[in-house]
Amino acid sequence: MNLTLKVWRQKNTEDKGKLVTYPASDISPDMSFLEMLDVVNEGLIKKNEDPIHFDHDCREGICGMCSLHINGRPHGPKQGITTCQLHMRSFKDGETIVIEPWRAAAFPVIKDLATNREAFERIQQAGGFISVNTGGVPDANEIPIPKVIADEAFNSATCIQCGACVAACKNASAMLFVSAKVSQLALLPQGQPERYRRVQAMVAQMDAEGFGNCTNTGACEAECPKEISISNIARMNRDYLNAKLFKDEY
Amino acid sequence: MKLDSKIPEGPLAEKWPKHKFNLKLVNPANKRKYTVIVVGTGLAGASAAASLAELGYNVKSFCFQDSPRRAHSIAAQGGINAAKNYQNDGDSVYRLFYDTIKGGDYRAREANVYRLADVSVNIIDQCVAQGVPFAREYGGLLDNRSFGGAQVSRTFYARGQTGQQLLLGAYSALSRQIGLGTVKQYNRHEMMDIVTIDGEAKGIITRDLISGKIESHAGHAVLLCTGGYGNVFYLSTNAMGCNVTAAWKAHKRGAYFGNPCFTQIHPTCIPVSGDHQSKLTLMSESLRNDGRVWAPKTVELAQKLRKGEIKVTDLKESDRDYFLERKYPAFGNLVPRDVASRNAKEMVDEGRGVGASGVAVFLDFADAISRLGEDAVRAKYGNLFDMYYQITDEDPYKQPMRIYPAVHYTMGGLWVDYNLQTTVKGLYCLGEANFSDHGANRLGASALMQGLADGYFVIPYTVGDYLATIGPKPVDASHPAFAETKRQVEERIQKLLSLKGTRTVDDFHRDLGHIMWEYCGMARTEEGLIKAKGLIRELRENFWKDAIVPGGNNEMNQSLEKAARVADFLELGELMVDDALNRKESCGGHFRVESQTEEGEALRDDVNFSYVAAWEYRGDNMPEELHKEELVFENVKLTQRSYK
Amino acid sequence: MSNYAKTFSSSLGKKLIMSLTGLFLCIFLVVHLIGNLQLFKDDGGQAFNAYSYFMTHFPPIKIVSYILYISIIVHAVYALILTTGNRKARPVGYAYYKGEANSPWTSRNMGILGTIILIFLVVHMSNFWAQYHWGDLPHARYEVSLTNPQDVVVTPIPFDGSEIAHADYVDAQAGKQVLIAKDLYKIVTESFSQWWYVLLYVISMAALSFHLIHGFRSAFQTLGWDNSKYIPLIRFLGVWVFGVLIPLAFAAMPIYIFLFR
Repeated sequence: MNLTLKVWRQKNTEDKGKLVTYPASDISPDMSFLEMLDVVNEGLIKKNEDPIHFDHDCREGICGMCSLHINGRPHGPKQGITTCQLHMRSFKDGETIVIEPWRAAAFPVIKDLATNREAFERIQQAGGFISVNTGGVPDANEIPIPKVIADEAFNSATCIQCGACVAACKNASAMLFVSAKVSQLALLPQGQPERYRRVQAMVAQMDAEGFGNCTNTGACEAECPKEISISNIARMNRDYLNAKLFKDEY
Repeated sequence: MKLDSKIPEGPLAEKWPKHKFNLKLVNPANKRKYTVIVVGTGLAGASAAASLAELGYNVKSFCFQDSPRRAHSIAAQGGINAAKNYQNDGDSVYRLFYDTIKGGDYRAREANVYRLADVSVNIIDQCVAQGVPFAREYGGLLDNRSFGGAQVSRTFYARGQTGQQLLLGAYSALSRQIGLGTVKQYNRHEMMDIVTIDGEAKGIITRDLISGKIESHAGHAVLLCTGGYGNVFYLSTNAMGCNVTAAWKAHKRGAYFGNPCFTQIHPTCIPVSGDHQSKLTLMSESLRNDGRVWAPKTVELAQKLRKGEIKVTDLKESDRDYFLERKYPAFGNLVPRDVASRNAKEMVDEGRGVGASGVAVFLDFADAISRLGEDAVRAKYGNLFDMYYQITDEDPYKQPMRIYPAVHYTMGGLWVDYNLQTTVKGLYCLGEANFSDHGANRLGASALMQGLADGYFVIPYTVGDYLATIGPKPVDASHPAFAETKRQVEERIQKLLSLKGTRTVDDFHRDLGHIMWEYCGMARTEEGLIKAKGLIRELRENFWKDAIVPGGNNEMNQSLEKAARVADFLELGELMVDDALNRKESCGGHFRVESQTEEGEALRDDVNFSYVAAWEYRGDNMPEELHKEELVFENVKLTQRSYK
Repeated sequence: MSNYAKTFSSSLGKKLIMSLTGLFLCIFLVVHLIGNLQLFKDDGGQAFNAYSYFMTHFPPIKIVSYILYISIIVHAVYALILTTGNRKARPVGYAYYKGEANSPWTSRNMGILGTIILIFLVVHMSNFWAQYHWGDLPHARYEVSLTNPQDVVVTPIPFDGSEIAHADYVDAQAGKQVLIAKDLYKIVTESFSQWWYVLLYVISMAALSFHLIHGFRSAFQTLGWDNSKYIPLIRFLGVWVFGVLIPLAFAAMPIYIFLFR
């Protein structure tokens, strides 16, 4: 296959950046999207040019590091997968592919296609945990958890923190990410003692990071590589409003 | 230096409790006067950093990814073992200990493995308390499944992503401490070297991967939790960033490297599709419960298949060779990982491999589908089948999967004593990065167990003993040793950046991978290993002449990151070959063709090789010195494995 | 900041305000529609004019109407605040953004739809509501036979500058019920006899339809009222009642009057 790439190049956070066109020739349909970029980069390096920088690590769809906005969509045209799981057979020979970084004020571009997602870290640090120290915990089977609840919590817990929800949202809102984290612990009995404190702390941090507001478009859910449902957002809203308006002690 | 494993005296079950009691303690008010550096944020690193901070120590935690949660522990699929005996099927701490020692082909320390089995039960409790959503029964209690190498169901799991869920638990504990200010987290920082003062580790030099700034960090102790080195093979199931740099630098600063040649090759991975391939994807071992492994009976049939003259579905039952079932009637498709891998390689070497490249065998579910129905198979393996389809564009419901072994885990690593301390005082090594618990072969679902055992339940005790001994004198980076190490780091970076040859770093890495895979992979011969040693040296020399590293230091420079890592792999590769050459027996994942039974199975040599090979670095291009830690088995009887 | 100030300045608090005001406006639409069905009556506007008087003079309804005005303003102002915040959250946009691949058009264009509705409201209220309150409206006198309610005599009272008092009484001697009321009906039917005015209404009701198809369901999501048991009902109401039936009924009024009066 032969393709034309339009890739966002930006030297550093301060640089303005622009789309640069590169040919990608002799691409095998069996390549993953990132392997296609590897090939283009090897060509650039051989010319002693700076290769296209992009984040990636596990290349099997679980670490959440890869983060490309491909032809107008985070993680490209296919649903339920990350960029590293996208293969070139999903594109047509001769196609032009536009590759951009995640776009959000809270995710500044570091270089080319790599962005800084530390905002997610700070949200996690604000409350994305159960306050237990190592040791001194009850036996694992002392807390029975209904299977449906455990399964639902697991669904929320599949979030890989990639930021596709923010990238997809027309408002750059982080509600799906935050709500998935809030939901997982709000559903489980172990998370109850801090349930209302947690949701307030995490939402406050989310707002402080400068993410946009949710308008319930559902784009996040559609683009999430782990297909996390926006019912998590409803759950977070419920807990938050409950905490703010009706919970005296929080 | 004589190796002292510091294994406590006394009966097996009492060693750890007694040892814990004998370890010195740091009083609570003094803990905040100590700084501990933790490199790596996988299961071992995150759990250690969080646990130490909870105790009151100041912790500096480092990872090269943009978040601690992305460490490669995240990718573990199957599960985590624990001797809970929730299933009432006869499990016990002793049985888990025994299975692990035996699975490791008797090349691990009894005391370490027993401790691992002992604390395994605490790990599950801890994870559940953190909110890890393990699979549950309808009654609300935890579910278990069985895994390779064990006759009991002791594996706890969270669908196909147990690693991610456990890491998220440890990451949440770590995040809590970062929020509280007890852990200072450095993301996108790569450890470039260890700083030692008077033979004790006192800090590290890092490179900020965004700005390129070289920084010095001082601490009272340094914990390396930096994972395995499987990427020396270029293609492996490791993440792209997995590297040996931290462990290798420690090695060059005096930490011995234990059993470097022990690598695990996992039999069920998706085969390589071409030269462009950057990594391999594992298909869970559980597939072998229902899938049947086969190859075409004759070379002619295999050739026709490869050329596309016939289709796999055209092959009659009599044209198929279910070679595992044929050779191992007792275990069939469920033989251990090393045996299954070696047999697949044999088929390919005979010319009976399938797929366009001819480097694969079939894993067939047709029988399972006709026996259980497609829906039942989908319910069990749906996500794996989807993943396979996604990558290969072939429908495993309609035609057999193509699989081939791939490098998956490294049992070798920095040599550590019972306290997890390396041969450098104050320098500890946890998780896959150390050599300690798996011997020559790791059982499924045991890597997660070891990482968390080390981080949650071992290091908080043992590092305290060392800290109490050295006292809370402040440490800082103003000592000349920091400036000197920093200068060496900067020099090496400049040397790498000055490389303006003709070949990319990836190109060298691929070549190294080919050499390692060919001569130091699933089957190793003296002749091949000697050849490999020469090839690696030659490749390393060429690298320092002909590689291209574009860009500068003061910016994000992924080419430079890669070059620095590959340069270390080029040195490690030779040591692995040396170790494989030295170990003339076959054991676990290490198969020396010269040492096999009449039936072609691995033949151990307990008389001459029942030891840990710990290698000491003596200087660039100098042969490393071998130290032997004899393994003493007081509780288990050594037997030859047989799966016939 | 007080708890409430904090709550309502958070992103979720602002969204709560949007959803509550939005749902209140939805309820108002139902009431407004039921009242306006009087327009379809062929009684020379008697029922409609009586209803108009009732709506503007019955004290509880007057109070509710103030809440309504505030709701409209708050809904619009907060929409503006949220939209500004959303713009700031993505200062550099995508060169290529394929929103249609992941979200319905309506959900991405609530601002545009809302603006159309707001413009419509200004036109609508200045024509009818402001006219009714402060304009020089003609009156009409309705005499309904007490024995035969079908027998109605309508006498227009054109505006001549003099104050005319609203009256609703029974003339027992003549056997008639007499109603003297501001003749909003006349203003309405005259307005709807112009094709472009009808068109404006139809377009605005289409905008309302799209706005509510997303908005009604969305309000419940924001409130956190999401539950697999009742969510199908909310979806149904959002699409078929608020998204289709109500805007359609509103749009039918100008069309009916244009065609048949």
